[in-house]
Amino acid sequence: MSITVPLAAPPSREPTTVAHPIRKPKKNWRGWLFVWPFAVVFLFAFMAPLLYAVWLSLFQNRLVGGNSFVGLDNYVTAFQDPAFWDGFGRVFLFLLVEVPVMLLLALAAALAIDSARLYATGLFRVVVFLPYAVPAVVAVLMWGFLYSDNFGLTASINDWLGSDVLQPFAPSWVTVSIGNIVTWEYVGYNMVIFYSALKTIPTELYEAAELDGANSWQVIRAIKLPAARGAIVIATIFSIIGSFQLFNEPNVLKPLANNVITSHFTPNMYAYNLSFAGQQYNYSATVAIIMGVITAAIAYVVQIRGTRQEDR
Amino acid sequence: MTRSTRTTRKTAAALAAAALTAMTLAGCGSGDGPGAAAPAGSAADLDAALEEGGELTYWTWTPSGEAQAEAFMEEYPNVTVTVVNAGTATEEYTKLQNAIKAGSGAPDVAQIEYYALQQFVLSESLLDLSGYGFGDLEDTYTASTWSAVTGGDAIYGLPQDSGPMVLLYNQEIFDQFGLAVPTTWDEYVAAGEKLHAADPTKYITNDAGDPGFAQPLIWQAGGRPYQTDGTTVTVNLQDEGTKLWADTWNQLLEPGLLADIPTWSDDWWKALSDGTVATIVSGAWMPGIMEGSVPDGAGKWRVAPLPSYDGSAITAENGGSAQSVIKQSENPALAAAFLRWLNSSEESVNVFLENGGFPSTTAQLNSPEFLAEAPEYFGGQQINQVLVDASKNVATGWQYLPYQVYANSVFPDTVGTAYTASSDLNAGLQAWQEQIVSYGDSQGFSVNK
Repeated sequence: MSITVPLAAPPSREPTTVAHPIRKPKKNWRGWLFVWPFAVVFLFAFMAPLLYAVWLSLFQNRLVGGNSFVGLDNYVTAFQDPAFWDGFGRVFLFLLVEVPVMLLLALAAALAIDSARLYATGLFRVVVFLPYAVPAVVAVLMWGFLYSDNFGLTASINDWLGSDVLQPFAPSWVTVSIGNIVTWEYVGYNMVIFYSALKTIPTELYEAAELDGANSWQVIRAIKLPAARGAIVIATIFSIIGSFQLFNEPNVLKPLANNVITSHFTPNMYAYNLSFAGQQYNYSATVAIIMGVITAAIAYVVQIRGTRQEDR
Repeated sequence: MTRSTRTTRKTAAALAAAALTAMTLAGCGSGDGPGAAAPAGSAADLDAALEEGGELTYWTWTPSGEAQAEAFMEEYPNVTVTVVNAGTATEEYTKLQNAIKAGSGAPDVAQIEYYALQQFVLSESLLDLSGYGFGDLEDTYTASTWSAVTGGDAIYGLPQDSGPMVLLYNQEIFDQFGLAVPTTWDEYVAAGEKLHAADPTKYITNDAGDPGFAQPLIWQAGGRPYQTDGTTVTVNLQDEGTKLWADTWNQLLEPGLLADIPTWSDDWWKALSDGTVATIVSGAWMPGIMEGSVPDGAGKWRVAPLPSYDGSAITAENGGSAQSVIKQSENPALAAAFLRWLNSSEESVNVFLENGGFPSTTAQLNSPEFLAEAPEYFGGQQINQVLVDASKNVATGWQYLPYQVYANSVFPDTVGTAYTASSDLNAGLQAWQEQIVSYGDSQGFSVNK
């Protein structure tokens, strides 16, 4: 189940028809003609699954006894479900730590490229961006090899150090290990977003700053960061959504650390396990909807706050 | 691979065909029982369906699946069988469940492991084959595999292979460290202590927590934690036998004598190659896999009976699959006919054997040719004698849960914590039981009431 976040719809403008004194104003249907391909896809690909999930969440289909309407029972169960909140707490913590680290790294990389003080910026940009081009599953498999403390790179480092200091799959480290993979994957992607925002800054501003005697640090604070604010807000929202939907990385690593990465490690993994191992499609839909609502709410708050600062 | 069953294939095929005809004729009389649940149709329908032909889809991850389907199509040119590898085990079940839930897209015939069969039976996804006279095939299979595919009078599939548990050990490591082949679990634990003390990089075996491994061992220890009667389920993961296994295994787990390497992981294959892991406890299908996947182990490994608690030869079944006809099939008679050929004709089983599989059919298990095989990989040991012996000593009376796939999925969450902390398995088993009970109750079963 993918969770879509309603982005602010563009303000719709009433078609301004010039009212003719004699003729009755005709209803203008031409707009719909242009919109229908989108509307059809939107209804079938976005709204229908969402509504179906809401519908599902109101029922309970038992292995014995069949399907029955249970109202909001599934929601009550979910709010009291320690397994769900365990996963939720983990992705929330993950979000609080990993998103700032990743975005700061991406911002630093973007500013570095933009500063024109680096040699081979093109190469640097490609190298940082490359991990994003690797399919997530492949990337995680690769990291799984590196993390293996029996035969992988980790084992070699431990051997060399003569201790077992690196334990990527230990219960206390596994979330950090996953954070490391996610950061590696998405720093380049966010860097490109930031960099493109920085590229839109008119050069006159820099000239003016130079005339005023501003140093590079002041240029970053007074010109570059404010200009990139919109991009930062967008990247933050995407990262928050991505964190709440964390699934691929832990799920691919699970066979290597089955006991540590539990079936409810993240809410999405929990929903997956509920439906595919437990055949609890209804409860799984409930979990997905709750996560969707929470994600949308948090993303919305970030957006409101982000834009308010922009107006200041 | 040195399976040499090709010599008499032509005559065997002719005999098999004759035998099948006889069987189907016999089936005509008894197959058309008045049972309300039994599907319409008779054994004669199968032959008619084969004659008429059609298209079938078959989901399997068996290495010989493709070759078997080709042999089938050669014999019945009117039938086209498309073999699809939809993933191994749970991966396939996920897709199968989705297709069943969606109402279309399921294959006609699918491979399902014995432990998962009940779950598909419960959701009424599998065709009851008793109406096609499949009951007459009972004597074709070992008792334990036949009981795994039947429930009351209903027959939900035909056994493909069986996995009586044995011990595979690395002779080279055993010689190097002066270990004797253990016949009891006490000796096994002692060997584990001796080996790890002599070389801390070596382990008697690996176990990172695996329900597909723990449950057969509980089975062997005499534990019968699950009893199902209709929708009434009893779960006791602290019965005498289960505790016996947990207490024994604690002696290996708590002092760190088990390598924390997940079975089937990349690291595991390496550990089998380089001697990090000295023994594996596994089903009789494992030797065939070893030959293919651990080439460096050639000549080093041997097969022994599974250690037991009292020195007896008792063992249990680990894994093994059946093939079933999915109810969604649009041509159930043809699907059933293919299944009958697939898992009971000598031709098909021989293809399966050539690919290193371990059969469930008594004819193959007892053939002198099969018993006399002495693969180079196992130093010329006549391993099939050990394996076939094991298949005759499988303890009876084991039942899986009707929702075993789910139960296994939460094993790491519960028993797994004991593995991570190297602590008492009994505590983990109790936590697992709680999950099993609450899930069963929420699904409408009456569990432990």
